[in-house]
Amino acid sequence: MFDWPVVLAALPDFFRGLRVTLILLAIALATGFVLSIPLAMARVSKNKWLSMPVFVFTYIIRGTPLLVQMFMVYHGLAQFEWMRQSAVWFLFKDAWFCAWLVFSISTTAYTTEIFAGALRQTPSGELEAAQSLGMTKLQIYARILWPGALRRALPQYSNEVVGLMHATAVASTVTLVEITRVARDVYYNHLSVTDSFGVAAVFYFVLTFTVVGIFKLLEKRYLKHLNRKISGPVPAR
Amino acid sequence: MQDAPEKLRADNIRKRFGAVEVLKGISLSARAGDVTAMIGASGSGKSTMLRCLNLLERPNEGRIIVAGEELKLTPKTSGELAASDPKQLQRIRARLSMVFQQFNLWAHMTALENVIEAPIRVLGLSRPDAVARAERYLERVGVAHRKAAYPAHMSGGEQQRVAIARALAMEPEVMLFDEPTSALDPELVGEVLRVMRSLAEEGRTMIVVTHEMSFAREVANKVVFLHGGLIEEQGVAREVLSNPQTERLKGFLARTLG
Repeated sequence: MFDWPVVLAALPDFFRGLRVTLILLAIALATGFVLSIPLAMARVSKNKWLSMPVFVFTYIIRGTPLLVQMFMVYHGLAQFEWMRQSAVWFLFKDAWFCAWLVFSISTTAYTTEIFAGALRQTPSGELEAAQSLGMTKLQIYARILWPGALRRALPQYSNEVVGLMHATAVASTVTLVEITRVARDVYYNHLSVTDSFGVAAVFYFVLTFTVVGIFKLLEKRYLKHLNRKISGPVPAR
Repeated sequence: MQDAPEKLRADNIRKRFGAVEVLKGISLSARAGDVTAMIGASGSGKSTMLRCLNLLERPNEGRIIVAGEELKLTPKTSGELAASDPKQLQRIRARLSMVFQQFNLWAHMTALENVIEAPIRVLGLSRPDAVARAERYLERVGVAHRKAAYPAHMSGGEQQRVAIARALAMEPEVMLFDEPTSALDPELVGEVLRVMRSLAEEGRTMIVVTHEMSFAREVANKVVFLHGGLIEEQGVAREVLSNPQTERLKGFLARTLG
């Protein structure tokens, strides 16, 4: 099935591609996580002037394909003379910068909605208990709302991480040599789908199960307060 | 207990939800050691009244004074009164800890963590001091053996006793109980009432919204009967409950006891 000499010869390239995929994934996830914390708070705010703009942002980003966003930023902006003259052009002509920007914005939109949903699920009684004991707004967010919400968000957030990891394949269209781009190059040279995209699929498959496994461990540790099986039998009520 | 210092005083509390006025001017006073039972049919406004005392509900009118300190209130455009000074509100809330019908423990924290949280964050206790205090109060309510358990792994009675320990750990001026046994299975009501009775016996000031008439009769020294957002009848618990003066309280007692 595999032409092993071809595959072995391409493996170093695949591992370099893996490195690019992982770096892109890591920096986009980190950016998205940090931005989603304040945006999710704005999204659940009772103040329309805070929640509406965030909703519009996530609606537009989630409503358009990543590939289109990628082309608009990397190829689209380059068509404007004022863009090429601007002080930030050195950033926007760089494929790494554009990929980081587009992936970060995309995952921020999805993660904001996941976190906002988890915040909204906080039982109102937990909030009232904290208020009634004299905790400040900041303390309530830091000690009650976020610790509960981030735990509840884990299963959905793990889907977002896997989804974004697969979406990094889009970066191959703007010259970043990540796993999919390596596979395409191998395919052009050898015209064998199994030796190129087949190997890429194995890489993504292993990556996916690693990510899922890590999240399963995190859920076991951080969701044990909800899991009856792990902590023994249900007490008599 | 007429000479005991006044711990809590609420004057002429009014509260509207939209067009419906649920509290039509209620005044309460609790001296140190008073156990006040607030009784009344559902919809009489008793829980709303209790929640106005620590501003979980914002009243439309009225004054609240805790241990001599008046809570500064400012009217909002909605017509409700909000705390003028958030710091003062937090300070006063810390002295009026509340026990809820649904326990309202923080699900991601163990029993011990639930109890040490506010003493550390709000009162500024060191962690070892807070843990020592929490263990003392968990022991006091009989759930020390469950200190490492999460709320979802405890029975309702255990959860409510942890919630009482959480309120006790603030060493408050007044404890507010909002129907503390209404969400419990009948066989678990007794363990919570026993704890509350022992707290009353050690002289804690408590305001208890309850449907447990035996508790009101045997433990409370004052009873306030609400009807339609007004105090219909109040007085010394034994007298009021054994010899009600108004037809409404007579009817209410007949229905709840019968």
